[in-house]
Amino acid sequence: MELDKLISSLANIFPSDRLFTKPAQITPYESDALTAYQCRPVAVVLPETQEEVIDIVRLCNRYKVPFMARGSGTSLSGGSLPVEDGIVIALNRLDRILRIDPESRIAIVEAGVVNLAISEAAAPYGLYFAPDPSSQPICTIGGNLAFNAGGAHCLKYGVTSNHVLGVKAVLPGGEVVHLGGESLEGIGPDLVGLFVGSEGLFGIALEVTVRLMPKPESFKTILASYQSLEEAGDAVSSIVASGLLPGAMEIMDHLAIQAAEAAVDAGYPEGANAVLIVEMDGERQQVQEEFKLLMDVIDKSGAEKVRIAKDSAERQRIWQGRKSAFSAVGRLSPDYIVQDGVVPRSRLGEALAEIERLGRQYELRVANVFHAGDGNLHPLIMYDGREKGALERAKELAGKILDMCIRFGGSITGEHGIGMEKRAYLPRMFTEVDIATMKNLQRAIDPDKLSNPGKMFLENDNNETDFR
Amino acid sequence: MNLLSNNVSGVQASVLESSRLHPIAGGTKPALSTPREGVTGLDMSPIRGIIEYQPDEFTFSAYAGTRIADVNELLQENKQYLPFDPPLVKWGATLGGTVASGLSGPGRYHYGGIRDFLLGVKYINGTGQIVQAGGKVVKNAAGFDLAKLMVGCRGVFGPMIELSFKVFPKPEQFATFRREFPNLDSALQMLKEASISQLDIDSIDLVPDESGTILWIRIGGLASAVPSRVIRMVEFLGDCEVFQDSKETNYWEETREFLWVPPDWSLVKVPLTPRLISSIEQKLVSIPIVRRYSCAGQVGWFAIPGPPTDLNECLLSLNLSGMPMFGFTTSQVIGKNVKSEFYRQVKNAMDPENRFGEA
Repeated sequence: MELDKLISSLANIFPSDRLFTKPAQITPYESDALTAYQCRPVAVVLPETQEEVIDIVRLCNRYKVPFMARGSGTSLSGGSLPVEDGIVIALNRLDRILRIDPESRIAIVEAGVVNLAISEAAAPYGLYFAPDPSSQPICTIGGNLAFNAGGAHCLKYGVTSNHVLGVKAVLPGGEVVHLGGESLEGIGPDLVGLFVGSEGLFGIALEVTVRLMPKPESFKTILASYQSLEEAGDAVSSIVASGLLPGAMEIMDHLAIQAAEAAVDAGYPEGANAVLIVEMDGERQQVQEEFKLLMDVIDKSGAEKVRIAKDSAERQRIWQGRKSAFSAVGRLSPDYIVQDGVVPRSRLGEALAEIERLGRQYELRVANVFHAGDGNLHPLIMYDGREKGALERAKELAGKILDMCIRFGGSITGEHGIGMEKRAYLPRMFTEVDIATMKNLQRAIDPDKLSNPGKMFLENDNNETDFR
Repeated sequence: MNLLSNNVSGVQASVLESSRLHPIAGGTKPALSTPREGVTGLDMSPIRGIIEYQPDEFTFSAYAGTRIADVNELLQENKQYLPFDPPLVKWGATLGGTVASGLSGPGRYHYGGIRDFLLGVKYINGTGQIVQAGGKVVKNAAGFDLAKLMVGCRGVFGPMIELSFKVFPKPEQFATFRREFPNLDSALQMLKEASISQLDIDSIDLVPDESGTILWIRIGGLASAVPSRVIRMVEFLGDCEVFQDSKETNYWEETREFLWVPPDWSLVKVPLTPRLISSIEQKLVSIPIVRRYSCAGQVGWFAIPGPPTDLNECLLSLNLSGMPMFGFTTSQVIGKNVKSEFYRQVKNAMDPENRFGEA
């Protein structure tokens, strides 16, 4: 590794306001949204063009210096955590929307484009970009792609991978490749599908071709409150059994409700132990009929109160409460870890009861927000970092939740990815042969392990718990 | 000569015993499944059966040699279906073959293609080991998405043995609309308007013929909503015929089974975008190719009577690729056929001894 030569080469290309080497400049990049992990890189570089990104990667390859691409740093799994002898390539200035093509229903955007900005640009054509993680006002499409981001509408509309048609990327060796294209269909192995969700280990996406969907004509959004999470979960099962396919089904528990109300005053029922948000969307007549079925189910589900959004503003208000939940929990606790496990939907009740039991065992409060439609849990494990041992207890509790997800036949991550945080749990979900296959792939594409190293796989090849 | 394995360990043994192998099952796409010279075929058809089906989870797992017809029958009992609308079902298409060829039918327009519904896969690698990728739940971001990599792979990474899929509730009722246009441009204009409209559409197919161009549109959903939606679609499309019940079911079944392809002709799949249709049609004028554009112009199906020379030239000139399905079997890709450095690295990692051929 020739770090000095790399920095010197970068300094020949980038002015000082785009190449940070001083501690005060670098500190904001030490961590992403998983603040329990921090690591200071040697430098941060801010390219403004794709060619500059390619040049940086080629220099890193020449001098064998690790690099981490970063969008807005919203990863909740430590996915863009730097390494101390590496550099961060901040992609926010690759923010051009290159083309919107309503006839083909695609948008071609640079990796630093903010998720919501795609929908805003497509709006005049009546189109939008469907993946809607709660961080969508700030997260970038490059980050969404790296971690296969989800959101509230995944059961019906899928995750990021289902909306990416093509990727232009620079591989760790410096080659530029074009994967996929502009068509929904393809020939040959789905290399785009492999690249999406690869957590930056296969190089850096420069440009992404995404598919756009027509904005649903009609929404019917309800907020129902329940005495217990179990009752809310049973309501979800009944909805599914009725043959309906809602656009979204979300549940929040009393702690999450309390936090959200304090933050954004969404008008959630006071004292509710659980709320269920269900949204039907689509063609007006279809939604009208589906809504009748839905209300039939809800009426029999034992809901304490049911609020039906009467207009777009009220719909936004209902969603604002849900989408602000993660940041709102910061009002209840100075620190928290949010998990991302998935369990079969039918075992949601069991999973929540177990999380509650674990919270008591570890003497930690856990707020629950989850995508009930696809079994994707988000327990927010609250702790005070100033309290000795609290972080360790929180991490241990988080690990127990992941073990539970595996035991239930689910997944350790639905949409946040493995990152740094869950590396120790990948071997519990996959066999040695499975992991070796993935590592072989990484080794073939990045033999020097320069591209976002330290993510997804444990470095020491054993199964030690690797929380730091 | 083909090898036949009755169980998974037999498949593993076959992989270890052979220097070059190509998995086959239903044989519905012989252009893709016929082993090349020096390659042994591995008959996967005995590796079949449903492993697990959880209707309330919207998921099922099955062995790769399972016929799609059997899957459809099972799902129908719970009013569910495969939203990617797999083709060649009556011909005996299997789950593994459909994934390996990356095929979806016209109904994929609404919710997505086969890549969007495949959750997990188990396959056998070049050293005879079983590898698992993905999982069995509808949302999973753990590890590299090798399941997606298998879509369209044509067997180049090893024989698949188990597959897990997401399913959806099946629409209660469908209706189909047929509108004739005097020329291609007017049909394409309507296709464009339909595809960006807020109407929930299941399929949009466009069929040029000597007399003009025909647009076929299908909607599906709750039976109680269909009558008003039919009225609305007729208002949208203008002068059109409406089909319901068995007539419309049969039409789409014939489409999906490629019964519109003349006997002994070859069929080629071409991914494209609606913008390219006019250029393709201009280049194919007076050439005897029967074609159909499906999924609102995102894929073209071209039936040709002999070697695909003219089609090959047309595709090359437009920077497109085509995949023969049956009939012509000399190559698996026509038109543009460039393999990226990324593909080479992936292939070397997944099949270092090159046991399974090239995609």
